[in-house]
Amino acid sequence: MYDIINYFVTNVKILQSIPFWMVQAAFMLAGCGAVLGVAALFAGVGSVVERNIAGRIQARYGPNRVGPWGWMQFLADGIKLVLKEDLIPDASAKMPFRLAPYFIFTVAFAAFIVVPFSQKLQIADLNIGILYIISVSSIVVIAILLAGWSSGNKWSLFGAMRSAAQIISYEVPVTITILAVIMMAGTMSMQEITAGQSGGIWRWFIFRYPLFTIPAFLVYYIASIAEVNRTPFDIPEAESELVAGYHTEYSSMRFAMFMMSEYVNVLAVSAIAVTMFLGGWQSPYPGHIFPGIWSNIEGLFWFFSKTFFLVFLMMWIRWTLPRYRVDQLMDLCWKVLLPVSFINLFGICAWMLLA
Amino acid sequence: MPNVSNNTSQYLFNYTNVLLFLLAGIAFVFASIAFSRIMAWLLGHRKPDPIKQSTYECGELPVGTSFIRFNIRFYIVALIFIIFDVEVVALFPWAIIFKKSLALKGDAILMFAEMFVFVLILIVGLIYVWRKGDLQWVKTLGDKNVKDKE
Repeated sequence: MYDIINYFVTNVKILQSIPFWMVQAAFMLAGCGAVLGVAALFAGVGSVVERNIAGRIQARYGPNRVGPWGWMQFLADGIKLVLKEDLIPDASAKMPFRLAPYFIFTVAFAAFIVVPFSQKLQIADLNIGILYIISVSSIVVIAILLAGWSSGNKWSLFGAMRSAAQIISYEVPVTITILAVIMMAGTMSMQEITAGQSGGIWRWFIFRYPLFTIPAFLVYYIASIAEVNRTPFDIPEAESELVAGYHTEYSSMRFAMFMMSEYVNVLAVSAIAVTMFLGGWQSPYPGHIFPGIWSNIEGLFWFFSKTFFLVFLMMWIRWTLPRYRVDQLMDLCWKVLLPVSFINLFGICAWMLLA
Repeated sequence: MPNVSNNTSQYLFNYTNVLLFLLAGIAFVFASIAFSRIMAWLLGHRKPDPIKQSTYECGELPVGTSFIRFNIRFYIVALIFIIFDVEVVALFPWAIIFKKSLALKGDAILMFAEMFVFVLILIVGLIYVWRKGDLQWVKTLGDKNVKDKE
């Protein structure tokens, strides 16, 4: 985004007459507002789309009453949640209970700072981009533990403990896979990782060393589904045994924050998977069709096509596969994904040496 | 005309953005909860009673407190995680310069060997934990690993 500001400051004469920090502040607020808007809108639209997909997969109608083909359902849900009574159970620890929604939404939202939406459209190109994402997304564990422990409900506590164990376990294969990507790119900046995959579909990191990078992508994708607590890994909120897991006691807008952060997280992990393996905003063909600064639109189109495809895949998986058992879940992480990700790391490393 | 190609300025800009996003996230949650409470106060109703304020445990009255002791295996998983995560974070600087070192073949092979030894120690740890049965979520008395330990 710094480049965009420079572009506007050098080309628009009016902006030069006001202090530079004010221009920066205005652009920052605009960028922040835009990302917040997209995230909130995606949380709403995503839930409707997911329910429609669920309806199709299970051979029934999805929501089809509010608005044309039920597309306004999320507004109705939103109004309902806003008007609900805000209950805080007597047995809960009040302060952490109120604090948890802040944590969980803020960290889910903060991951979007480093996501490159196109060549220039990126909030901030931190030079430690991926490390930043790893560190921010681990704070989710604290939020979930806060929510579950402070609810004063045994099911919430169990859900939170399971969730914490699950998220930190799957963090290990994810981090090792990210390590392999950093090795291929030679940088941690998200923009430079994307730039390293330019020149058509065969230059994307998923096809770079196919024997190892395709499994690496699968490991990342499976582990990230587990990290956002979705079926088949939704042990923490398994409704048939734990009511709703760590957010059982939440109602009204506080519950909506948990719901929104789930969808925001789904978008975030898909965007990161796209950036790391599927070329980010790069098109499948070499070069751009649109010239100059307009190629940003092309980048935006490809980025969101790939991201929404991965999001759709996640929904498809959710409504197709049954839930794992806790011990199977832990076995899958420590005894399958972790060894496979180590083999990928060594394989990619050796291939880079020989090539 | 300000100096637009200033690296320090860009650095500050980037990290101010991080701060701004965190504040904006908090402000968004605060605003929506406040809005919801005002709307519920205006249009909804608010009638707390002891049963409604109790925790939901499938319709039964909750027995005892929920601040209970839980299984030690969660703690063990957290311990194993810490070891792996610290080790992997220590590899991040290595991963960044590995690609640059490929230009010099000897350096690259040496770097690969160093990483291999470093990770091998970790894998030995994994095998140890695996054999010891600490990765096993469900333990029964008839379990071979548990018997071996006792």
